Amino acid sequence: MEARPSHSRAPDWAPWALLLPSLLVMLVAFVLPVGMLLARAFTQPEPGWQNFVLLWERPVYLQVLWNTVLISAAATPVALLLGYPVAHAMAHGSARTRRLLTFLVLVPFWTSLLVRSFATVILLQRRGPLNTLLMNIGLIDAPLPLIYNLTGVLLGAVQTLLPFVIFPLYSSMKRIDPSLVPAALTMGAGPVRAFLRVYLPLSLPGLMAGATFVFISMLGYFVIPALLGGPRQTMVGQLIQDQISQLGSWGVAGALSFILLAITAILLSVLNKLVGLKAVAR
Amino acid sequence: MRPWRALRVLVCTLVAIYLLAPLVVVLIISFSSAAFLRFPPPGYSWRWYANLLNDPAWMDAVGVSLRVLVPAALASTALGTASAVALVRGRMLGAGVIGAFLMAPMVVPSIITAAGLYIIYRGLGLNGTLTGMVIGHIIITLPYVFATVASALRSLDPRLEAAAATLGASPVTAFRRITLPLLAPAVLSSLLFAMVLSFDELIISLFVGSARLRTVPVQIWSNIRGDFDPTVAAIASLCFLVALTALALEALLRRRNGDRE
Repeated sequence: MEARPSHSRAPDWAPWALLLPSLLVMLVAFVLPVGMLLARAFTQPEPGWQNFVLLWERPVYLQVLWNTVLISAAATPVALLLGYPVAHAMAHGSARTRRLLTFLVLVPFWTSLLVRSFATVILLQRRGPLNTLLMNIGLIDAPLPLIYNLTGVLLGAVQTLLPFVIFPLYSSMKRIDPSLVPAALTMGAGPVRAFLRVYLPLSLPGLMAGATFVFISMLGYFVIPALLGGPRQTMVGQLIQDQISQLGSWGVAGALSFILLAITAILLSVLNKLVGLKAVAR
Repeated sequence: MRPWRALRVLVCTLVAIYLLAPLVVVLIISFSSAAFLRFPPPGYSWRWYANLLNDPAWMDAVGVSLRVLVPAALASTALGTASAVALVRGRMLGAGVIGAFLMAPMVVPSIITAAGLYIIYRGLGLNGTLTGMVIGHIIITLPYVFATVASALRSLDPRLEAAAATLGASPVTAFRRITLPLLAPAVLSSLLFAMVLSFDELIISLFVGSARLRTVPVQIWSNIRGDFDPTVAAIASLCFLVALTALALEALLRRRNGDRE
């Protein structure tokens, strides 16, 4: 095996030559821009920590940062609870079920987030289809406040986040031996106990990866809180946009971006330590 | 176990309704005869679609979107495929780290990438240009192409290339005649997805575009923040239709590829 004819080997520099264009584009159009934005946090309007001090001193900014974390933390369990049974059906159901559900879960991935949010705005209006339906079947007497509040943001966000929990969960679950739960049942465990003690721990890597992806994607959301939330659901992405386009304060925008990226990086490295990012990659 | 299975079916059905309801609602609204939001609509008409075709702002936006997505998707497919081949087959030192680096735009919020590009472009005079927009879209779509092609490449048996080499094929020939045809469905589906992603991209286009250079999402964005306009429902329905067609096409590609394995 070792002694291959020399002409059959690509030269050592070949992979680097293939990689070089991507690396160049990434450096010039991603690393450099993001780096320059982050640098503004420490250089504008003058060198120093003033932008971070400003964030610390203005309760409004801290409130938005805190809201962002809370809203993302609220969306995560909702997405997990809805996604878990779907991933389970994909992993252990028939081939037809799997194909159907895969197609379904890919729909939010392929349809525009903006357009979906617009559609959700229509759906959740005071006199919109959902309220009309609920009133017609007699479940409620008056329209529910479904939009321009936390409910609206969560209902809008979770549909776009579902693929991020379902795919890692699915890839974790399909590696679970389907005979383990029946085995636990024959040994006298109840279905709940068999699930909690046998199945759930085995699906934990997917669960943790899904939770992390949902949380960090949601942290950067901008369109959904702007369209479906109220003033109290303002998130940090909107604040960054406002700082730049309304106030021209690139320094504050840079500082907010710095914090946002730091949270993302910490969470990803924790996930990497716990389960390994390679293990959850599709 | 039966009640649990019933619960699973129930949740799956709810999720299906939840994911599809917005699409259905917007489709119905787009055929409404009323200029205001009423559900169900008082009557049906094509007037909002006619509006769309007669309004040069929308038609210009479609033109800009197409002029951005075609070069951006082609370039990111070429770059992503080349990188995947290098990292999966190249036995390079630090391939894992470089791979993670190429995926980074996926986890960095696009508002940060967009604001950064705006800064760089200000110096280069690229704001409000097609070139600037295309480069931004390449960055957004590259990670997806790379991930798709790399995972397809990992599931290909490297012994096939080795066999071709033993039979006297040069590395380039072996790649062109053996690997590339086997990889083609993944490359095509990532091209398709890159086009869809680029067509949907809002935030980069919002930052580096201009009043004269507006993509469809930017045009939608500036039209949904004021009064309700059913014309947006018409373009939204068309976007859904295009996306679902692309998704169905991709599913078909994947299935054909799966059958062959």
